[in-house]
Amino acid sequence: MHFGPHLLLAALEGLVTSAVLALTALGLSLVFGVMRVVNVAHGEFFMLGAVLAWAISTAISGHPALGFLAALVLAPLIVGLIALVSERLVLRRLNYNPEATIVATIGMLYIIQQLALTFYGPEARPVEPPFSYRILLPWFGYSGYKLSIIAASALLLVATWFVLTRTKIGLVMRATQYDSETAQAFGIPVDRVYAGVFALGAMLAAVAAVLIVPISQAHYLMGQDPLLLSFIVVIIGGLGSLRGTVVAAVLIGLSDGIISVFFSPTLAKIIATLLVAMVLVFRPQGLFGTASR
Amino acid sequence: MKEASPAKAYALHLGVIVLLFALSFVLPEYHHGLLARIMVLAVFAMGYNMLFGYVGLLSLGHAMFFSAGLYGAGLAVIHLGWSVPAAFAAGLACGALLALVIGVLALRTSGVAFMIVTMMFAQVFYLIILYFAAWTGGDQGLVVPQSARVLVLGDTSLGLTNPTVRYMSALVLFSIVLLVTLAVARSKYGRVLVAIRENEERTKMLGYDTFSNKLAAVVVSGTICAASGAAYALLFGYVGSTFASVQYSILPLLWVLLGGAATTLGPLIGTLFMYYVVDITSGYTSAYLLIVGIALILLVLFFPKGILGTIRQRWLGWLP
Repeated sequence: MHFGPHLLLAALEGLVTSAVLALTALGLSLVFGVMRVVNVAHGEFFMLGAVLAWAISTAISGHPALGFLAALVLAPLIVGLIALVSERLVLRRLNYNPEATIVATIGMLYIIQQLALTFYGPEARPVEPPFSYRILLPWFGYSGYKLSIIAASALLLVATWFVLTRTKIGLVMRATQYDSETAQAFGIPVDRVYAGVFALGAMLAAVAAVLIVPISQAHYLMGQDPLLLSFIVVIIGGLGSLRGTVVAAVLIGLSDGIISVFFSPTLAKIIATLLVAMVLVFRPQGLFGTASR
Repeated sequence: MKEASPAKAYALHLGVIVLLFALSFVLPEYHHGLLARIMVLAVFAMGYNMLFGYVGLLSLGHAMFFSAGLYGAGLAVIHLGWSVPAAFAAGLACGALLALVIGVLALRTSGVAFMIVTMMFAQVFYLIILYFAAWTGGDQGLVVPQSARVLVLGDTSLGLTNPTVRYMSALVLFSIVLLVTLAVARSKYGRVLVAIRENEERTKMLGYDTFSNKLAAVVVSGTICAASGAAYALLFGYVGSTFASVQYSILPLLWVLLGGAATTLGPLIGTLFMYYVVDITSGYTSAYLLIVGIALILLVLFFPKGILGTIRQRWLGWLP
């Protein structure tokens, strides 16, 4: 294959990564933006989504699309419920203290990971894609399912944007983000908003995982990379900024796809992580964010 | 905090050291080996406590300082054929230098950003170890050859593979670091660190240069962790990338939280307790990370001061 088509392939792969990453990182960013806490267990919610997708799609016989659709609806709901329960049992009792929350979510990370290992096992298991149509380009054939991931992710991002900026729920969330005490004084049930946002963040990660699992595989350690990449995206994009998150996800996804085609993936990760740490040190508001109030 | 009578505090610490020394002669072989390992890891926890307990800076990247010592000492022996004391010094130097660089950068941030930045630098360090697998052995790690692990003192040569020598070396390192921690905690410098933890703005206003005080604390903390890593490489003869992974940044946090942050003996108690809990439960289940996770959550929820912190608050106000 020549350089041009090779680059196109790398860019397409990068876009698929970006699409999934944008959803996952948006979940992390929402939780940080509204609640001001960092959820280290976010990657495990992603992993749970994928593992549940496998469980649901194997439980439902018939056409693979049927099982996949069921997983797409049920897995995020279950993950959201788990997040809700853990928010009630742990985070609320900690009063959302940022440092205690990080320690507690590290604990959650280990618990979820270990339970997945115990009940799901160490194997990586595939989920059948809902359809296997290949789009034939002049140089290579490309999976139609991968393109549909990009479309589905774009749709969900637009929907989230719509909810945040054009509905009452979004207004309440933004008010809580801007100043939770004043919001409380105006009768907004801040702790219910927090619970909802935490569940929503986990559900976004789970949806992203269900979308990606037919082309990767479900594995109990698969939450590590999305967590790190989401951190990177959220930091580059500016914490709590939706537009910045999406732009950064496309940037990171594309460069990750292209760099790892041409260079060693470990080297790519070293450079990316180091750059992001430097961004956090020298420009803590992110590349697109504005200085904090 | 009530002013401790220095004699009481030093007597307690010397008592602990004498107890550990005496245990060497009565413990069965298995626990003897385990305790040597725990003492070395408790040094790691004490280094972590220096920053987390006294300055209140929560780092999620201390595995890099531990492994800087581990690889600094281990690789000096394996590739350069250095003697044990020289390799140990090399490990310390690596840790101190790394801590200086990381400190200058990471201390520009605070709070949650500090936690994430330290975690990312540690991740970079971990990936670098994997990337240079030709020298570091990658995720397989390297074994430090037994023949090289001999400490020559004058005419006598002590094999560090001998259980008694190993235990005593661990005890010497542990005792030195314990007494250093105690001295720092009681010194004027230690008071400044606690003042920074309690109210940085006010400390700054009182005329203290908080940045260089914090930087010094990062370097001291990093060097102590590196000492633990270097001792681990030389005493137990293995260097591996697992020790640089995120998990080994979380473990000292857990040990210190459990034993009691900003207490001198807390790190030992936390490490001892957690090590035995994991050791005993791993007889029944392989899910030891589950125990770690549950312990972390229960500690932050119900027991944020840890074992010794609670004892100090309730009963023994003089405990350092």
